[in-house]
Amino acid sequence: MIPVLLILIPLISGLISFFIKDVKAAKGWALLSSLVTFAISVAGIWIYNQPANLHYDAAWLPALGSRFTIGLDGMGQILCLLNAVAMPIIFVSTYRNMYQNPGAFYALMLLTQAGMMGVFLAYDCLLFYFFWELALIPAYFLCSQWGGEKRIAVTFKFFIYTFVGSLLMLIGILYLYYKTPDESFALKAFYNVVLTGNEQSFMFWLFFIAFAIKMPIFPFHTWQPDTYEQAPTAATMVLSGVMVKMGIFAVLRWLVPVFPAATEQFSQLIIILSIIGMLYASLIAIRQDDIKRLIAYSSIAHIGLMSAAIFAQEKTGLQGVMIQMFNHGINVIGLWIVADAIESKLGTRKFSQLGGLAQKAPVLAILFVVMALANVALPLTNAFVGEFLMFNGLFRYNIWMSAVAGISIILAAVYSLNMIQKIFFGETNALTEQATEARSNVQWMLAILAVVIIVLGVYPQPMLRLTEDTVNTILAAVK
Amino acid sequence: MNTIIISAIFGVLMMFSSISVKRVSAYKYIAAFGLILLLIMNIAETYGFQLFHVNTRDMLRFDRFGLFFNSIAIAATLIYILLSGRDVEAVGKNTCDLFVLIFFVMCGIGIMSSFNSLLMLFLGIEIISIPLYILTGSDKKNLKSNEAALKYFLMGSFSTGIMLMGIALLFGATGGFALDRPATMFGPLPVNVMEVIGLAFILVAMAFKVSAAPFHFWTPDVYDGAPSVFTSFMATIVKAAIFIGFIKLFEAKAPDLGQGWHIVIALMIVATLFIGNITAIFQQSVKRMLAYSSIAQAGFMMFALFSQNDTSKEGIILYSLAYSLSTIGIFAILIKMKDVTFEGFNGLARTQPVLAATNAVFLLSLVGIPLTAGFWAKYYMLASVVKMESALWLVIVAVIFAAVSVYYYFRVIQAMYFKEGEAALATEVKPGFRFGLILLAAAIIVIGVMPNLLLNWLYF
Repeated sequence: MIPVLLILIPLISGLISFFIKDVKAAKGWALLSSLVTFAISVAGIWIYNQPANLHYDAAWLPALGSRFTIGLDGMGQILCLLNAVAMPIIFVSTYRNMYQNPGAFYALMLLTQAGMMGVFLAYDCLLFYFFWELALIPAYFLCSQWGGEKRIAVTFKFFIYTFVGSLLMLIGILYLYYKTPDESFALKAFYNVVLTGNEQSFMFWLFFIAFAIKMPIFPFHTWQPDTYEQAPTAATMVLSGVMVKMGIFAVLRWLVPVFPAATEQFSQLIIILSIIGMLYASLIAIRQDDIKRLIAYSSIAHIGLMSAAIFAQEKTGLQGVMIQMFNHGINVIGLWIVADAIESKLGTRKFSQLGGLAQKAPVLAILFVVMALANVALPLTNAFVGEFLMFNGLFRYNIWMSAVAGISIILAAVYSLNMIQKIFFGETNALTEQATEARSNVQWMLAILAVVIIVLGVYPQPMLRLTEDTVNTILAAVK
Repeated sequence: MNTIIISAIFGVLMMFSSISVKRVSAYKYIAAFGLILLLIMNIAETYGFQLFHVNTRDMLRFDRFGLFFNSIAIAATLIYILLSGRDVEAVGKNTCDLFVLIFFVMCGIGIMSSFNSLLMLFLGIEIISIPLYILTGSDKKNLKSNEAALKYFLMGSFSTGIMLMGIALLFGATGGFALDRPATMFGPLPVNVMEVIGLAFILVAMAFKVSAAPFHFWTPDVYDGAPSVFTSFMATIVKAAIFIGFIKLFEAKAPDLGQGWHIVIALMIVATLFIGNITAIFQQSVKRMLAYSSIAQAGFMMFALFSQNDTSKEGIILYSLAYSLSTIGIFAILIKMKDVTFEGFNGLARTQPVLAATNAVFLLSLVGIPLTAGFWAKYYMLASVVKMESALWLVIVAVIFAAVSVYYYFRVIQAMYFKEGEAALATEVKPGFRFGLILLAAAIIVIGVMPNLLLNWLYF
C-alpha cells in the first residue's frame, strides 16, 4: 500500500489545492500534505518494510500488456525519501515568498512531486513513461508562470528538449515491447528481452538521449543553467534537487540492465563525455557572477561524476551513485535556500554586489559554509562518502580517467570557497550594510540539512545497506 | 444501414420542419435529438438490431469497425452541435438548412465506413463533399467565405474527376466495382499497370480530401475562409471519415501494389508532416494555425495507411476521436474569441479561467501528452509502425515533427497563462457552455487514463 499512498497523497492534495484561494491555507495545506508523504516514506523504509507492503500491482491496460505495477526497492526508497524530504523543507524555507495565485503554485508543486514519485516507483515501462512526462508538465507551468523575466522562452526550451528526448524514448520502449516474448511492458520482461548487437546500440541511444537530457550531461546540458536561473527558487530546488535524479535513476533502472552489451560498448564514450562535462561546467562555474548560475553549473559537474560512475559499472561506484543522489539533493537544496534568502533580502544574486555578510548574518554564514563544504565533498560531510565511492569505482575502471575527473574536486573547492568568500567575507558595502540575519524558518531548515549532512557523512551505513540489493540486481543483469 | 437511412430521412424531415418551426433557437435541439436517435440506432445495429433490411448486393458491408467508427463520428457531432450549435445560428439566414446539411454529411459518413464497392465509395465522398461546399460558403455576405467556397468547389470537383478516372481504370483492370475483385485483365504481368494507375489516381483524390501533401494547398484558405463553426466540423469528423474510407480501400488494394506503395506513402507522410508543422509555426492567427495543424495531424493519421495492421486500425479510431474532440473543443472556444490571433488569447487564464484550462487540456491532447486521449492516438500510430520494424526512420522523423508541433500549440498556452493581456470574448458565454467544455475535457482525460474503456467496445 505504501507506494500507492506515496503517489496518491501528493496527487489528490495537489488537485484540491487548485481550489484554495487563501494564501495561508494553501501554504498550510501543501505543508501538511508533504509532511504526510514524508511520514509515509519514512515508514516505508524503517517500519513497514516487508515486501508485501512495498509492492502493488493492479490491472491497467490488459489489451496492451501493461499493468499498474509499482514498488519500492532500495534505490526507490532512497529517492522517494529524497522526494518526500525535499518538499517540506522547500515549503518551509520559502514560506515567506509570496506568489500570485498561491493555490495553483502549491498545487503544481505537489503534482510535480506525485509525478516524480511515480517515476521512482514504476515497475512497468509504459507507466514509467507516463509519470516521466507527467512530472514535466506541472514543472513547465511552475517555471513559466512564476519565474524571472525570460522565463517563458527559457522554460520552453527546457520543455522542448525533454519532450524530444522522451518521444525518442517512447520509440525505444515500443520497439522493446514488441521484442518481449509475451508483449509486455514489465520491468522483468525488459530485462530478459533478447536483442541483436545493432538493435541494442540503436535502442540504447534512443533511451540514453532522453535520460542524458534530463540529467543533464554534456553536451545536452544547455537548457539547464538558464532554467535554474529563471525558475522561481522553490521550483529550482525541485528541479535540481529531485528531478535531475530522474535521469540518473532511469539510467540505473531502465538502461544499464536492459542493454548490457551496448552499455559495455559505449561506456567509455559516455564516461569521457561526463568527464568533459564535469571539467567544463566547473570551469564555467568559476567564472560566474551569479549565485544561481554558479550552483547550476556546479550541479552539472556533480551529475557528470554520477554518470561516469554508473558507466564504470563497479559495485562501489554504483553504491556511491545511489547515496550521492540523495546527498546531492540535500546539499543543493541547502545552497538554493541560502541563495533565495540572500536574494529576497537584498534583491541581488551578484557576487560583485555582495560581501561581508558574515558580520551581519553569522548564523547564515556558518550554515552556508557547511553546505558549501559538502558541495566540495569534504570529509565528514555526506558528499564525501558518495564521491569517494564513485571515484573508487571509476579508479577501478580506469586510473587515468579517474585522475582527470579528480581535477573537478579541486575546481569545486575553487568555486565553492570563492563563493563563500565573495558573499560572506570581505568588506560590507552600502547594500549589504543593511542586511540582517535570515529569518528563523530559513535558519531552522538549513540547520536540519546541516545535521543530515554531517550525520550521513559520519554514519552512511543505513543508506549503503539500502542500496545493496539494487546494486546486486543491476550487476546481475549486466553480467 | 440504420445510420445511412435515418440520417437521410431525418435530414429531409428537418428541412421541411423549418416551415412549421419558426423559432431559430429550436433547430439545434432538433438536430441534437436527431443525432441522439442516430447514435442509439447505430449502437443498436452494432448489437445486431437492424431497422431496415435492404439487400445491398454486397455493395455495403457493415462490420464492427465501421459501425464503431459511426458511433464515434455521431457522438463527436453531437458534442459539436451541443457546444457550437448557437454559433451555427449566428452564421446565415436559413439556419435550419445548415443543420440539415450536417445530417446529409452523416449519411455520407455512414457510407464511407461501410462501402464495399468503388461506386459506393464515390457516392459517399460526394455526399460528404457537396454539403461541405455549401457550408463553406454559408456566410453569404462575407467575401472570404465565398472565395473559400468557390475554391473548394473547383478544386474539389477536379479531384472528384480524377477519382472517377481512377475508378474507371480499376473497373477496367478488375472487371467490376467490388473491392475484393482481383485484377485479372492484362494476363500474367507482375504488376497490373492499369490497376496501379487507377489506384494512383484514387490516392491523389483522397489525399486531396484529407489534405495530405502535396495536395493540401486548398486547406488553409478554405479552413480560414469558412465560418469557424464549419471549419471545426470539416477539419475533424469529416476528415476522419474520409480516412476510414481511405484505409478500407487500400487495405483491400495495397497488397497488389508491392513495395513501391510504402515508399510513396512514406514520402507523403514526411511531406505532410513537414509542411503542416513548419508552416504552422509562422502563423499569426490561431485559426490558420489550426488549419495547418490539421494538415500535420493528417500526416500522423496516414501512419495507419502505411502500417495497416490491427494496431493501426485501433489507432485510427482512437486518433479520430482524440483529434476530433480536442479540435472541436478548441474551435468552440476560438469562435467565442473576439480576436483570433495569438495575441487575442493573452491573459485568457485570468479573464476566463474555465475556458483557458479546458483549452489547455485540448491543446495538450493535440500535442500528445500522456493522460490525454491524444497520447494514445499518437501511441497507437507510432506503435503500429514500430511493429513493422522496417521503418524506424519514419517514426523518428514523426516524433521530431511532433516536438515541433509543441511550438505552435504551446504558443496558445503561453498566451493564455503567462502573458499579460485582456483577452476579450466576442459574445458572453453561458454556464452551460462552460459545463460542456469541462465535460469534454474530462472525457479526454478519462480516455487518456483508460483507453481500454473505449477499445473494449471494438472487440467486446
